[in-house]
Amino acid sequence: MENLLSYIPLDIALIAENFDRFLYGVWVTLNLTFLSLFLGGLLSIPMAIARASKHRVFNPLVQGYTYVFRGTPLLVQTYLIYYGVGQFEVIRQSFLWDPILSSAWWCALIAFTLNTAAYTTELLRGAIADTPKGEVEAAIATGHSYRSRMRRIILPSAFRRAIPAYSNEVIFMLHGSVIASTITLQDILGVGRWLNGRYYLAYEGFITAALLYFLIVLCITWAFRGFERRYLRHLTRRDAAAQTETSPLPTPERV
Amino acid sequence: MFRRTILSSVAAIALSAVALPLAAQDTLRIGVEGAYPPFSSKESDGTLVGFDIDIAKALCAEMQRECELVEQEWDGMIPALKARKFDAIVASMSITEERKRQIDFSDKYYKTPARLVAPKDADFEGTPEGLAGKRIGVQRGATHQCYAEKMFPDAEIVLYGSQDEVFRDLALGRVDAQLSDSLIAQESFLSAEAGADYAFLGGDHTDVECYGEGVGIAVRKGEDELREDLSKAITAIRENGTYAEINDTYFPFDIYGGRPEGQ
Repeated sequence: MENLLSYIPLDIALIAENFDRFLYGVWVTLNLTFLSLFLGGLLSIPMAIARASKHRVFNPLVQGYTYVFRGTPLLVQTYLIYYGVGQFEVIRQSFLWDPILSSAWWCALIAFTLNTAAYTTELLRGAIADTPKGEVEAAIATGHSYRSRMRRIILPSAFRRAIPAYSNEVIFMLHGSVIASTITLQDILGVGRWLNGRYYLAYEGFITAALLYFLIVLCITWAFRGFERRYLRHLTRRDAAAQTETSPLPTPERV
Repeated sequence: MFRRTILSSVAAIALSAVALPLAAQDTLRIGVEGAYPPFSSKESDGTLVGFDIDIAKALCAEMQRECELVEQEWDGMIPALKARKFDAIVASMSITEERKRQIDFSDKYYKTPARLVAPKDADFEGTPEGLAGKRIGVQRGATHQCYAEKMFPDAEIVLYGSQDEVFRDLALGRVDAQLSDSLIAQESFLSAEAGADYAFLGGDHTDVECYGEGVGIAVRKGEDELREDLSKAITAIRENGTYAEINDTYFPFDIYGGRPEGQ
């Protein structure tokens, strides 16, 4: 084993020695990513409804917001909040500065939340607009008001349809969270860069970080596969049932 | 039409990949930073200026070699040298034991001590006890990272990509103090408007383990000829007055041997 390891051009002992730091980095990354996904997700629901229902006032407002936040890089947004806002004396004197905008963690959380909210809004808007007409008509026919239709029929069905696309957003947000390391936070990449900087190395920190991100994405993918199996089961079952019902003859081999 | 554009651009990229190493064989490529005034910084039009830049050019002239300056962010400097993005680093890099395991160095071309900077009205001292629980900003991958973590284990060491960012956040109060080269702190922060309410905290920090024996020019391991040429060129410009000339445009005293008494 000792001999085998010596062939790998990495200082594995150094990584192992500092692994607790990497674990702390994993905590910071997960914390930031999922908290911003949660808050961004909450924000996106009313915005998506405003977009889908073409509300006369809110639709253009929300559209402008998603246009700006999807149109600029997350790095620029984070820098603007972290370095840009601090340039104003008014803000430095205000109640917003001390606990919130002076802290790198809060700045990252705000930037990430606003960013993911913009993407999720558009994603949800699409899912709402895609609601099968029959579902809406049935809801109207059974006397559901707009509010109750949205709450009981349209949104639950839109959420389900959005699951596969949303898994992409989760993974993008995880990868986007490396930006935290550019504003001094010790997330996974931050720890990797710390290690490289401390011992003047090229690869060790980055490779360890890459492996950790890879593992997290693996878990996210598994989780979403589970969600899809659970919440989109009605879709798969209907397909299977439809197939057996409509084809009494033995189905030919799929090509 | 579109396809042809793609094809020709692919061909152009392939060609340039072949042509570059051939053309670059005689030119000496030097890695510089560009975010470390007054040693190296960028003018608004993108030209590189500073002590390191002038020294690099003077050394090239002395060695009678054509040089190309290559900009590189600080924390990727040594990896880029090893990956042959350039052949030497003239970027205020201290000669330390840990770096010597990765790369070789010429003789030193200057040496200045490190010092802490904090607000003038700071109610703590620049000692390990005084800084316990405080946030100290340092540049990632600099010798100060090594020293700060060793000397102030109870402080929170906050890492930045460039020295400029450290000063910016010190001025915004996001860190309580910062540790850097004393000359850099004096020239680009304390004497500027942003640093008006700040001052040095405590005295010089010179630790051979972290800070080494001065600032040298880094080359890849095994490139002894280039290393010796550079060392000879440093001695030569020290002797023929070029060094003094460059030194005097930036600093009021000779930085080669460190700061004189009373500075």
